[in-house]
Amino acid sequence: MTSVLLLVGGILLVVILALVYRIFTLVSIAKGSTKKRASTSNKVNAILFPIAFLLGFGAIFWYSGIAQKYFLPEAASAHGSEIDYLFWLTMAIIGFAFFATHVLLFWFPFKYQYKESRSAYFYPHNDKLEIVWTIIPAIVMTILVISGYVVWNDVTSPAPSEALNVEIMGKQFNWEVRYSGNDGELGRHDYKKIDGTNAMGIDFRDPNSIDDFTARDIHLPKGRPVLLNIRARDVLHSVFMPHFRLKMDAVPGMPTKFWFTPTKTTAEMREMLSQEPAWQEINPETGEPRYKNFNYELACTEVCGGGHFAMRKVIIVEEPEEFDKWHNEQESWASKNKDYLSSKGYNVLELALSED
Amino acid sequence: MSTVDIDIHNTTDAHDHHDDHHHNENFFTKYVFSLDHKTIAKQFLITGLLWAFIGGLLSGIFRLQLGFPDADLTWLKPLLGDWIGADGKMDTEFYLAAVTMHGTIMVFFVLTAGLSGTFSNFLIPLQIGARDMASGFLNMLSYWFFFLSSVIMFISLFLETGPASGGWVIYPPLSALPQAMSGSGLGMTMWLVSMTFFIVSSLLGGINYITTVINLRTEGLSFAKLPLTIWAFFLTAVIGVLSFPVLFAAALLLVFDRSFGTSFYLSEIYIGGEALPNVGGSPILYQHLFWFLGHPEVYIVLLPALGITSEIIATNARKPIFGYRAMIGSMLGIAFLSFIVWAHHMFVSGLNPFLGSVFMFLTLIIAVPSAVKAFNYITTLWRGNIIFTPAMLFSIGLVSLFISGGVTGIVLGNSAIDIQLHDTYFVVAHFHLVMGSASFFGMMAGVYHWFPKMFGRMMNEKLGYVHFWMTFIGVYLVFFPMHYIGIAGFPRRYYSFTNFDAFSTFTDLNTFISIAAIITLTAQLIFAFNFFFSIFKGKLAPLNPWKSSTLEWTTPRLPGHGNWTGAIPKVYRWPYDYSKPGAKDDFIAQNVPYSETPESNLPMEQELAKFEKEDSDEVKKVNE
Repeated sequence: MTSVLLLVGGILLVVILALVYRIFTLVSIAKGSTKKRASTSNKVNAILFPIAFLLGFGAIFWYSGIAQKYFLPEAASAHGSEIDYLFWLTMAIIGFAFFATHVLLFWFPFKYQYKESRSAYFYPHNDKLEIVWTIIPAIVMTILVISGYVVWNDVTSPAPSEALNVEIMGKQFNWEVRYSGNDGELGRHDYKKIDGTNAMGIDFRDPNSIDDFTARDIHLPKGRPVLLNIRARDVLHSVFMPHFRLKMDAVPGMPTKFWFTPTKTTAEMREMLSQEPAWQEINPETGEPRYKNFNYELACTEVCGGGHFAMRKVIIVEEPEEFDKWHNEQESWASKNKDYLSSKGYNVLELALSED
Repeated sequence: MSTVDIDIHNTTDAHDHHDDHHHNENFFTKYVFSLDHKTIAKQFLITGLLWAFIGGLLSGIFRLQLGFPDADLTWLKPLLGDWIGADGKMDTEFYLAAVTMHGTIMVFFVLTAGLSGTFSNFLIPLQIGARDMASGFLNMLSYWFFFLSSVIMFISLFLETGPASGGWVIYPPLSALPQAMSGSGLGMTMWLVSMTFFIVSSLLGGINYITTVINLRTEGLSFAKLPLTIWAFFLTAVIGVLSFPVLFAAALLLVFDRSFGTSFYLSEIYIGGEALPNVGGSPILYQHLFWFLGHPEVYIVLLPALGITSEIIATNARKPIFGYRAMIGSMLGIAFLSFIVWAHHMFVSGLNPFLGSVFMFLTLIIAVPSAVKAFNYITTLWRGNIIFTPAMLFSIGLVSLFISGGVTGIVLGNSAIDIQLHDTYFVVAHFHLVMGSASFFGMMAGVYHWFPKMFGRMMNEKLGYVHFWMTFIGVYLVFFPMHYIGIAGFPRRYYSFTNFDAFSTFTDLNTFISIAAIITLTAQLIFAFNFFFSIFKGKLAPLNPWKSSTLEWTTPRLPGHGNWTGAIPKVYRWPYDYSKPGAKDDFIAQNVPYSETPESNLPMEQELAKFEKEDSDEVKKVNE
């Protein structure tokens, strides 16, 4: 029945369009506008350009004010604020270029619409103008390239040696996280050692693996450099921590890195957000203001399959003392999985001894 | 697809002028396996338009999911079958399949084949004064390889395991491993086979375009007198011929990895409960190869649209295009630079940071020639005498989209900022405006402008105006808000955002975008109607409806085989002599000698007129 209705509706639509088409044609013939070079439509189209401009830019200014409150909060990493600054600087420049060109682009059609009395100005070229508007963008681009280069160099420089090593491994469809124990060194991994229990393929032939531990959430100390050791075990993933302005692909067979310094603890961020009206709104699910449950999050930004949109992990940034306390309380993966390790032929006692 | 074609040409070509050759044409050689560039162009156009509707429909489907994540989509079951679950929810992998196929279809089948295939084929011989393409046979093959590729891709949409679903970039290992997602099975195989034929098609087309432009220009038509359309098609073809083979290489290695156990892109993978034997490969290698085509592809899509726009803006502003040489120079610059910026798609792929800074530098240089083009378009409008045909509206719209989408490229091309914005909706907004919409507008402009030459009839202008304003406003309502969503960090290719606190805002805006998208897509039906209806019922077109100066308007209303019934016109001047001071009319066609226009000649042209006289005197003597 619905399909019949749809079909009838479709046919009716075509008939109506055909009639409109006929009417348009007949009216234009009756008015004699087919003979004229430019009819009333020309004037209508001409005036629509400035109108579209006013409405369009009005909407942009109006909505930009509203949208701001849903943007990400201030960057929570040292390099993040530099990136933000560069972003908004570039946005200001291109916003100006966008606006200025559009003033002209939408004004000229109105101003220079066809008039029989006038003829267009034969103006094929002006080399001076071309040079001017080649050089100006070139200078602006140079400034942007240089400032981008400085920040990029800074962000991608080698991590300080004292950085905390954290390993993040992407898999369909979640993240695994491993910390080095007190030795500060992550043990090796081998993808052939992966199975249902040893999801990260930790290689226990390497003594550094013995005190490594895995965690449900990512805990990070405030103010200390953190080096993320990123890998993937099946397909491409990408580590995206939007609040820290951080992104790096996770590639099977090619470990990648990103280092940064968190600058705000989760608690500090909640405190800061409690001042923002958008964050004071009550979350209908929890019945509490949104800022109370604010969490840093890790998301996947490289399409990886059906569960791509659900690869979430919570990041908890703490004061260094809290972090150290948490770190010391963690039990190593090896000691949690003694039976598994002995079934794999590792001598658990030996492992435990070498840990001490 | 071809049946539609056949009907159309039956009626429109009924009163065709025929040259002496090709007397023994039958139905198949004339309409199906035609060697005539104009028929082939129409074949490309109509196939491209049909693809555009399929691609648009797919985007409508996934916009429903994004705009109304809680809605019950059971009503889509008749169309999508089991892709809609019993709970009325769309399958997550199907969502990705829709996104992937939307991208593939729009980029390759609509904006490469549908745009370049149509207008390069149609306009190159007509505007350079050639009887046909250098090789009509290769040209026919080019279309039929595209057709074959289309058929395979179309069938893949109906596979039980779904079409390719790893994104239009089909990054391995996701695309290489059927264990990773069901679309990486047969769907991916068919994608690769289809794209192989597509590459063959576009290479055959490209070689032909290049050869034709170089060899078959009519007497007097030097490169410095070529319309900017031809320059654009020529450079597009050069880019395509140099970059598509690299995509072929990338695809071939992927085929090997998928089917013959090689490890070009695969290394240390554990999936589906087993560790694969592949070691030593690199997924990054694929990305380099892919984007070596993928980035030039952006310009393959955009340059023809810019060329078409240059022509239409000059014609309808009744003014020469401003800075003809600068326009050519900037196109050459863009074409060259397009090959050395590909890695800006890979800033956060694990690429060496030093390379990142090199590619940032090269990428931002592209902004300079692009800016020059934008300024030149605007200056062409300045003090013009503008007639708003639908084609002109779409061309002005293109310039607007080219600027608004282009400027955000400056943000994304900056590797430091790209860390945050890579693969977010900011990118989606950027390329849909600058490459998707701008090129689509170029294609629409071209259709409206050259429809009279293609079918001998006029499209309805009023419907064209309605179509333009709905599309123009619609496109901005759809893509502009995506910048906000992108700044808020929303990743692209997400089925839903509710899992994340950070992305749980902007739900209203997403609904708004979806509604705008559906309205904009529906508005395209106005165009479809206008297009197909006008083929049969449109007003008969005058010989030169837009009072344009290029050669195609010197042909009969419906040019037959060989395009000109008599001798091919000779070219004396550049294509933009509009509103020349002193001239009788507000345009002087390219085939009018300077000796016939002493009233409007510039001093240097008076000199040329003398030479023309001597030349023609000589010819007369020889003839006698």
